[in-house]
Amino acid sequence: MARGLPNDTRSNGLTGVVPVLFAGALFVYFASLVPTIAAAEVIRVTIPWIPSLGIELAFLVDGLSLTFSLLISGIGTLVLLYSNTYLAGHPQYARFALFLTAFTVSMLGLVLADDLILLFVFWELTTLTSYMLIGFSHETEKSRRNALQALFVTGAGGLAFLAGLILLAAASGTTSISGIIAQGGALKEHAMYLPILILLLAGTFTKSAQVPFHFWLPNAMAAPTPVSAFLHSATMVKAGVYVMARMHPAMSGTDVWLWTLTILGAVTAVFASLLALRQTDLKQALAYTTLMALGTLTLFLGQESGYAMTAFATFLIVHSLYKASLFLVVGCIDLSTGTRETDQLGGLGRLMPITATAAALAALSMAGFPPFLGFIGKELKYAGAIAVASEPLFVAGAALLSNALMFAVAGVVAFRPFWQGSVPSTQSPREAPWQMWAGPIILASLGAIFGIYPDLLQVALINPTVISLTGEVGEAKELKLWAGVNIPLFLSIATFVLGLLFYWRHVQLRAMLERSFQSIPNLDYGWDSFLDGLKSFAKWQSRIVQNGKLSSYLFSTFLTIAAGILLTLVYTGMPKIAVDLSDVEWKHTSIALLTIAGAILALVTNSRIAGIAALGVVGIGIALIFIVYSAPDVAITQLLVETLVVVLVAVVMLRLPSLPKTEFRLNHALLSIAVGASVSLILIAVVSSPLDLHLTDYFEATSWPEAYGRNIVNVILVDFRALDTFGEIAVVVIAALSAYALLRTTRKGDQK
Amino acid sequence: MNSVILRVGTRYLAGLLLVFSFYMMLRGHNEPGGGFIGGLTGATGFVLYAIACGTQDARAALRVMPQTLAIWGLGIALAAGLFAALFGDALFTGQWLFIGATETDKGLPLSSVLVFDIGVYLVVFGSILTLVFAMEEEI
Repeated sequence: MARGLPNDTRSNGLTGVVPVLFAGALFVYFASLVPTIAAAEVIRVTIPWIPSLGIELAFLVDGLSLTFSLLISGIGTLVLLYSNTYLAGHPQYARFALFLTAFTVSMLGLVLADDLILLFVFWELTTLTSYMLIGFSHETEKSRRNALQALFVTGAGGLAFLAGLILLAAASGTTSISGIIAQGGALKEHAMYLPILILLLAGTFTKSAQVPFHFWLPNAMAAPTPVSAFLHSATMVKAGVYVMARMHPAMSGTDVWLWTLTILGAVTAVFASLLALRQTDLKQALAYTTLMALGTLTLFLGQESGYAMTAFATFLIVHSLYKASLFLVVGCIDLSTGTRETDQLGGLGRLMPITATAAALAALSMAGFPPFLGFIGKELKYAGAIAVASEPLFVAGAALLSNALMFAVAGVVAFRPFWQGSVPSTQSPREAPWQMWAGPIILASLGAIFGIYPDLLQVALINPTVISLTGEVGEAKELKLWAGVNIPLFLSIATFVLGLLFYWRHVQLRAMLERSFQSIPNLDYGWDSFLDGLKSFAKWQSRIVQNGKLSSYLFSTFLTIAAGILLTLVYTGMPKIAVDLSDVEWKHTSIALLTIAGAILALVTNSRIAGIAALGVVGIGIALIFIVYSAPDVAITQLLVETLVVVLVAVVMLRLPSLPKTEFRLNHALLSIAVGASVSLILIAVVSSPLDLHLTDYFEATSWPEAYGRNIVNVILVDFRALDTFGEIAVVVIAALSAYALLRTTRKGDQK
Repeated sequence: MNSVILRVGTRYLAGLLLVFSFYMMLRGHNEPGGGFIGGLTGATGFVLYAIACGTQDARAALRVMPQTLAIWGLGIALAAGLFAALFGDALFTGQWLFIGATETDKGLPLSSVLVFDIGVYLVVFGSILTLVFAMEEEI
């Protein structure tokens, strides 16, 4: 863990610089869109993708997506700059930069997508890239496990999400998100509203780690610190929140929406702040406060009032700014001292003054002191909570409790390590290089600047975002530092008092929480045994199904075929067997007799070579039937394949031990009769109904004039259905290569 | 299998089968035949050769690895399909060129469809030989 601060000699070269410039360019581009969006306009770019299904590569820039885009690209730039130093000289830095940049782009795609399918594609891309990032330190077992856990939880949610999106598209008749929102409240009246809501929320709640799916997020802290700062503060976990916000105009306002989001959001917020205070690891503490923020954002999205929406937009920005900056500060502390345990840290303020300043600025915003943006965010939160029509006390209480705890955590994370105690003698911390403190300082200062000049933010981002959320202009409330003596102010004062109390007694509180939380079940404890159970179930069922005996595979395959056909026949009614045998010629009879004789011989013989030859007889009998009914192409193919199969099977079979001397294989006999009878019955059924010659006529008519060929079978293969043929020959190649690989690995003498 | 008659006979038969397989492939568009049947016929010749003279000799006679042929075949078939894109047509649309065509005679027809069929031929030919050779050698 303790690698110490990087030397200047180690560098990542171009792979370090290019991603920073790329993300920076994206940020500048999005920033240039601000004036347009601030004028309450939206930008929509559409490229046809799958026109037959009405799916488009549609991108929409409005207040909501622009706010997210700016956060993603801005914080992304700073995090990439930071990582370049944090992981300087790391042998796999190129991979890291690739993953992080890919993640940034997928996240941007997610927030800009204006088509449900496109949204889902980017949604899954963020899941995959974040899996790579969480598991970046793949040599440690813990990191692999936690990455897989995050992938499974969010991936399972993603499946539900996809189902929800498909239902949503079916219910509203379009995959365009702005199209769905333009339909207004129609969706809420739809019969499928509840299933859609449940499925979508399953996706967003797992992605945004709401209780009870919260357990993966703190575990995801196994990732390198800059990743945590980026993914788990500003971006990925907010993807779920983003989708809820995006669907807010179309889906909010119902009782289910209101209560699910309010209750789960509030529970997550309070629960997570308690857990945050419990942690002694700085990064873990921050991870839980992220949960608290996500809970709060969810809570606000449950409401509809302009206050709640303004509070949502403001808190979204406040949180991203201070949380990313604090995570980066923790990274600096970690690199400098080699630990993130609060008990082993102290007195860093003098040695790392710039980092300490950044931490202080961010923490003051987090704790909600004036004149920081955090203060305005907190006041708006209270105003929004009071404006909640249904349960103002519940919401305000949850907000008060979580804010006070947040205050205490801010103290633990950003005050205590710097200004209390002294540096342990084992550590020799020094200030981090500029690339590492630049990010925290910039982000934390923005919290102060926007706090002092809230109008900047109000016009540029808050107003347009609230328009996206409510669908109406003028709903946004004003951001101001001094809103007069009112209830939010009293609540703020109460927060400070309560927060100070919590901070003062946090060591005792932690011990108390430690005891009480042990009795609360956590899905993380059951996770490993769940996975083990799944694996042993898989093993058990593979042993039954894949027993390695070819004859039992074939037996079950053909049994399924016979059962399937017979059941179909029973279900649709047996065909009338009125077979007219009067025009059967001797050549037909003799071919049939030959085939039957071959089949019987294959069944009774104990010699493998005789069995193969008998099967060959059956095959050639069938080829003869094709010839009699003038299908030369099929007959030639059948003959050739039959020849080659006999050769191939003979090569294998002759090396196997001879068959056991059983008298008569009754089950095989019964099965072959069942397959033969069912196929014959279905053929009779097919022939008894008038044959649809539509396709035959078409091919006969067009084969020569359009494809210049007289052999219809071949023309179908290479021209009319060339894509199918291509698929088939691809399968042939893959099968041959796989068989070849298998044969090569099973050397002589290795076989059982 | 050690039989002089079979070995000597196979040398001629395999060659004949190979030539015949080309013929089957080329006539396929208008008469019974085609890449699939051609590939099977050609492979039969080499399978016979492998049985009579051993896979070592058969591989030497083939000169290239059969799996390479199969993969090339797949590539050729794909290229023939993509070729249509150059003319703005949908994937796998046949492209035709009639050399020396007059009012009454179509001349010598050349087409991407034939190229596709050659790809099919190589895939079938290569895949079967990959399997047969490997089975003869490894089991």
